[in-house]
Amino acid sequence: MNPPVLLDSQGGVLARHQAALNEGRFLIQRCGSCGKAVYFPRELCPHCGHAELAWEHPAGTGTVYAVTTVRRKPEAGGDCNVSLIDLDEGVRLMSRVEGVPSSDVRIGQRVRARVLQQDGVGLVVFELLAGEGAAA
Amino acid sequence: MSSLKSLRGSAAIAGVATFGCGEAPGYSDMELLANAARAAVADAGLAMSDIDGLCTASGAATMWAMPVVEYLGIRPSYIDSTMIGGSSFIAHLLPAMQALQSGQCNAVLVCYGSAQRSATFGRREIVASRRFLDPQPYETPYEPMQPLSAYALAASRHMHEFGTTRRQLAEVAVAARGWAQRNPEAFMRGPLSIDDVLGARMVSDPLTVRDSCLVTDGGGAYVLVRAERARDLPNPPVYVLGNGTAVWNRQISSMHDLTVTAARDSGRAAFAMAGLAPKDIDVVQLYDAFTINVLLFLEDLGFCAKGEGGAFVEGGAIGPGGRLPVNTNGGGLSCVHPGMYGIFALIEAVRQLRGVGGERQVAGVKTALAHGNGGTLSSQSTAVLGLEETL
Repeated sequence: MNPPVLLDSQGGVLARHQAALNEGRFLIQRCGSCGKAVYFPRELCPHCGHAELAWEHPAGTGTVYAVTTVRRKPEAGGDCNVSLIDLDEGVRLMSRVEGVPSSDVRIGQRVRARVLQQDGVGLVVFELLAGEGAAA
Repeated sequence: MSSLKSLRGSAAIAGVATFGCGEAPGYSDMELLANAARAAVADAGLAMSDIDGLCTASGAATMWAMPVVEYLGIRPSYIDSTMIGGSSFIAHLLPAMQALQSGQCNAVLVCYGSAQRSATFGRREIVASRRFLDPQPYETPYEPMQPLSAYALAASRHMHEFGTTRRQLAEVAVAARGWAQRNPEAFMRGPLSIDDVLGARMVSDPLTVRDSCLVTDGGGAYVLVRAERARDLPNPPVYVLGNGTAVWNRQISSMHDLTVTAARDSGRAAFAMAGLAPKDIDVVQLYDAFTINVLLFLEDLGFCAKGEGGAFVEGGAIGPGGRLPVNTNGGGLSCVHPGMYGIFALIEAVRQLRGVGGERQVAGVKTALAHGNGGTLSSQSTAVLGLEETL
């Protein structure tokens, strides 16, 4: 279990999570009662209903759970990877795997998170871990 | 306290109608709804003034029941505008049965209309507005093409876990087209082969445009009354033997297992109330927003084991002449899909039970299942219907 992180930003968990991302920090939550990891961020634990959710930095490593390539014309931005990633902490999120063509992203590949700044807004994306290159 | 089983067969569908299915240029959502509603009430042998219960929902208007009440000129004592996507109009059944049984109302009109294909404010604008009105801040930044990409993700997982193939998914689309060719109301009736589906434009891997439902106009409506009253009305009553609804999540990223939907719970509840099992069902209408839906629902409702949906549909098994008739109107894939399809699945189940399916009629239908799906595999509602002899 990772050490809790204190956030000084204001508002609900959606705003505070985004404020951290905008500073380059990717945070998930952990329930102080049942001990389970929680993502997306909530005001109460979806496992036990408890309200004491602490922020923590995930290890950032995970596994591709499901994958699709959204086919788009080049003028609409071109093909775009959309994946569901299972973090090693046991939570899932939608994201994309960057750095390889989307067609090379496979279920089961190991990935690592990084926070991308896009128009001043932080966004969690993933890259393949070394050795998880394009399938033969 | 009485159990839900005491409601089994307590209400019956006495009237159904569709209107403007396919292309209805120049019609509004409300006009399509109103025409379907008027025809369903007439089909039930009733007048609009007999309607004292209303169930409706809209993909756009959040307070939709009020303009519908106003437009139809009714004063309902029972209103249910629960909106859980395309399954809503099947999920409206059980609360309406309870309202009928308690005497809160006597005749419930369930109705829907959408000019999604022809409206100037169409699908693109609705998707854009929904980003603000119904935000999904943890998914939208990644630009999934929703709802399609969510189903594509589920398909990718099903293929990974069970070896399901794109060819098996294509079987679903080809079977639907086979039925549509026997249904004059169906929107797409041209020939369609497995290779046509495999070679169609890929939209969000592994789903092509032919793995995806139509975008059409259309209205649908049905009328529900207490069983004893239905026996005095013109059409053979179609009894509601069971209904169950389940929601586990909204976002595809919050679904615990992309190969198992809440249809497992909705189906279990509906079959338990009906006292029937999948083997007892003669025709099956499943909300086929995308080809993967049919595999998932066949599995989750118990028509085959988990992971065996692909093998189950091979060789035309769910098409005309196959071992299990599924989506006999052509489904959302080939018949009609005006934003939300659930009510059309239920209407086709009723038509098959009445034996009025014409060229697509399945012989000797006594029981039918209609299953609705909403959101991105988010809400599921299952209805088990039957004729008098199944009571």
